[in-house]
Amino acid sequence: MKNKNDVKKAFVASLPVLAGYLALGFGFGVLLSTKGYGGIWALFMSITMFGGSSQYAAVEFLADGISLVSAALATLIINARHLFYGISLVDKYKGTGFKKFYMIHTLTDETYSLVCNDDAVKDVNNKHLYYFLVSLFDHIYWIMGCTLGAVFGSNVSFNSEGIDFVLTALFLTIFVEQWLTNKDHVPAVIGVGCAVLCTAIFKENMLIPTMILILIALTTLKFVRRDKYDE
Amino acid sequence: MTNNPTVHSILLVLVMAVVTYLLRAFPFLVFSGKKPTPKFVLYLGKVLPYAIIGMLVIYCVKDISFTTTSSWLAYLIAGAVVVLLHIWRRNTLLSIIAGTLSYMALVQFVF
Repeated sequence: MKNKNDVKKAFVASLPVLAGYLALGFGFGVLLSTKGYGGIWALFMSITMFGGSSQYAAVEFLADGISLVSAALATLIINARHLFYGISLVDKYKGTGFKKFYMIHTLTDETYSLVCNDDAVKDVNNKHLYYFLVSLFDHIYWIMGCTLGAVFGSNVSFNSEGIDFVLTALFLTIFVEQWLTNKDHVPAVIGVGCAVLCTAIFKENMLIPTMILILIALTTLKFVRRDKYDE
Repeated sequence: MTNNPTVHSILLVLVMAVVTYLLRAFPFLVFSGKKPTPKFVLYLGKVLPYAIIGMLVIYCVKDISFTTTSSWLAYLIAGAVVVLLHIWRRNTLLSIIAGTLSYMALVQFVF
């Protein structure tokens, strides 16, 4: 019975991602179908790749028929930030058994932001189940969005302009929530500061330099404020 | 690698999927096992989410154009709705829905 409550909590927490992924996935499906790849490809790609920017890039790669090595290198660059997401989850995901392989596969920006939101799990009975379900729901929304877009894309006339703001709103809400619950604002300021600086210099390629700068800044922080962070 | 375009496409998707999976799995491969997680990694794990969420917020708004007023003003207003509503009610879903609906209304009907 308690687990039933956890299912509901995971579903409610994932609702913003439902809206965002249906919209973004739909956009991907439409784009993919214009290159001659239909619903079955959208289904295949959303199940196996499960990544927004990498799938959008893959549409071009497929159309151009680039080499496998080039595709591997491009993916390495596009998704490099994911290299660091697991660091926060190594302990959280300990003891999840085989579910862990799937939870790693589904670790997108949005899933990461949901499973890191500790405030959401304070009344959750089975945290591992909650993390797993949030990952699963996000994946299902994405598969639905991508496939529907590829199949029905050209026949839909609903004016959804601006709906992609839902993911901005998701990150912004979690940012505010973390700011209000955590007294130490230095890591948050570091993240925003590094991102603004790197956007000014590197424009749309800001993610990798930002991650590197964040790691340098957080490492420095640990040594400068050793008293505070050494427990 | 192959002459068949369909096979090449399938391999291309699989290669990209495997690279993505390996990136996501890396910390789990390195820091799992019997050994306790190093202190420095635990520290990073604790502070990284705050920094990364901050980065993702900026990533989402990085394409705002400041050459036309309507583009950034809609973002600013909807962003303010999200932040203020969340400080006031602390209800994640409410903040996100209200913010998104106001953004959609602004870009579709106002600007």
